Amino acid sequence: MTSAPPASPPTARTARPAILVVGLLALFAAGVASVAVGARAVPLGELWGALADFDPLNGDHLVVRDIRLPRTLLGIAVGAALAVGGALIQTLSRNPLAEPGILGVTHGAGFALTVGAALGLAGSAVSQLGLGVAGSVLATALVYAVGRHSTLRLLLAGVAFSAVLMGVSLGIRLTSPDTLDKYRFWAVGSLAGREQTDLTVPLVAIGAALVGALVIARSLNAIALGETVAHTLGANVARVRTATLVLITVLAGAATAVAGPILFVGLIVPHLLRRLTSGSVPWLVGLSAVVGPILMLVADTIARVLLHTGEVPVAIVTAFLGGPVLIWVVRRYGAGSL
Amino acid sequence: MTTRLSAQDVTLGYGDRVVSTRLSLDVPDGAFTAVVGPNGCGKSTLLRALVRLLKPAEGAITLDSRSVSDLPAKGLARELAFLPQDPLAPEGITVHQLVSRGRYPHQSLLALWTPEDERAVAEAMVTAEVEDLADRPVAELSGGQRQRVWVAMVLAQDTPYLLLDEPTSFLDITHQYRLLALLSRLRDEGRTVIAVLHDINQACRFADHLVAMKDGRVAAEGAAADVVDAALIKDVFDLPSVIVADPVSGTPMVVPE
Ligand SMILES: Nc1ncnc2c1ncn2[C@@H]1O[C@H](COP(=O)(O)OP(=O)(O)OP(=O)(O)O)[C@@H](O)[C@H]1O
Ligand SMILES: [Mg+2]
Repeated sequence: MTSAPPASPPTARTARPAILVVGLLALFAAGVASVAVGARAVPLGELWGALADFDPLNGDHLVVRDIRLPRTLLGIAVGAALAVGGALIQTLSRNPLAEPGILGVTHGAGFALTVGAALGLAGSAVSQLGLGVAGSVLATALVYAVGRHSTLRLLLAGVAFSAVLMGVSLGIRLTSPDTLDKYRFWAVGSLAGREQTDLTVPLVAIGAALVGALVIARSLNAIALGETVAHTLGANVARVRTATLVLITVLAGAATAVAGPILFVGLIVPHLLRRLTSGSVPWLVGLSAVVGPILMLVADTIARVLLHTGEVPVAIVTAFLGGPVLIWVVRRYGAGSL
Repeated sequence: MTTRLSAQDVTLGYGDRVVSTRLSLDVPDGAFTAVVGPNGCGKSTLLRALVRLLKPAEGAITLDSRSVSDLPAKGLARELAFLPQDPLAPEGITVHQLVSRGRYPHQSLLALWTPEDERAVAEAMVTAEVEDLADRPVAELSGGQRQRVWVAMVLAQDTPYLLLDEPTSFLDITHQYRLLALLSRLRDEGRTVIAVLHDINQACRFADHLVAMKDGRVAAEGAAADVVDAALIKDVFDLPSVIVADPVSGTPMVVPE
């Protein structure tokens, strides 16, 4: 023990609303930038015009309405889904390395897409979406059936089952170059081109699950103290755990289905916020829903302008942005902050 | 002596491993009960069963003659507060946040955080002497400070019953006595306290009711002055000793030979 004064500001409790306001402003700025910036830069005046006074003959307006705006909305939804999914799984498992795909969602979706592509079913964007969702849900259901009695068993089942699925899909892809090609497009994780599909269902699912996450966050406050203490505080541990798993599956499954595996966002955002939220799960979930989209939009905007020849997949940019930040957090606060 | 909480012929264990067979215990209301006994004799198991963490294979734990397994979870949590032997705080949580969790059973979807909750949390932090630590991360506290924070959480739960499993472990000698004095004060205010204690002399000094356990059964129970003698200590702890009067409190004091 050193005699150093407390490291965290004594005002942590009162600072949280201010952080939320700053976060919302930053999200707004990131949103504007993500609509304005791209292969064709849109002046801010035209941007406003596209929203307030749409002119179907104006090229800038068309870009904003048909491509940029849907993509920005998609980025917000995917970023929020992944970050909140990460906050939920890390809280539930009390494991800082858990990410929302750990329960089989990612590799379930990847497996379904691989099999679908091998059978010639993964032609359209809609069928890819369907395959991704079906794979996620089936994989998580199996993991849940094996491990539902304890959170640790769930994680072990998820990791083991993911490894099997990954192995089998890899085998299929290696023997079928055509399948590999289709899979590759999905597996890099990107928002590009995905905005053209009808995304109503995944977006509504994400929205509903985000609301659910905020509702269940207070019960997770009790679960976060460990199952023993949660029981003695009167929390229904089994029910909260099941509901949380369903939410994580919906969030990660929908995000993965529309944007591919970009799960790094779900690992890093809750870390960045853990200290600021001083252990309150409702605040962690709420702020994750704001900061996740910021990271996603910034990364996606950078992805669009980084190369003149085309786009860098956003998953690569989030990893490049997030990796150093994670290392900084560990160095600044020590591994204890993880 | 009245009793609201009791164990009636309970058989306790984990899977095939039976710890206690047909154990019965009446917890005296408004008294300080200390549970003592050697490692592994089933003290924690008994406390876990009393707070419904462990379902008896046979028999029942009853509160006001109703089996605790029939009571609603939050209702029970407003009656019994329990501090386990080795609780683990989640990462990043501050002292104030952790203590606030004690209010969980008093909240519902409609009744969120109230001034009453805030008052209970502030009072619990003062009582457990952790109010100066309010905004510190729990992970950065010493073992003894952390222990007092958990005690504060249990106090914030504001229940008539306090069950504590080795609450004095990690505390320095001053804080051990302060915590025991605090528990006595809470008893004086009408609460029922049940604590597993390892220091038999402290148990004799502070407890109104001593429960000595061995191999999962109650070897002796009653006022310390009535039950503690060299034969009991030999039987329960397998330790030859001389019993003298505690020079301060006059209660029995065990001096190993
Ligand atoms: N989760 C468990 N699964 C299986 N056996 C257990 C479990 N917990 C405790 N036991 C066993 O039950 C017996 C009683 O354990 P208990 O924890 O009640 O002892 P205790 O009196 O509290 O001991 P200590 O003073 O060391 O805390 C021991 O033999 C122990 O090995
Ligand atoms: Mg014990």
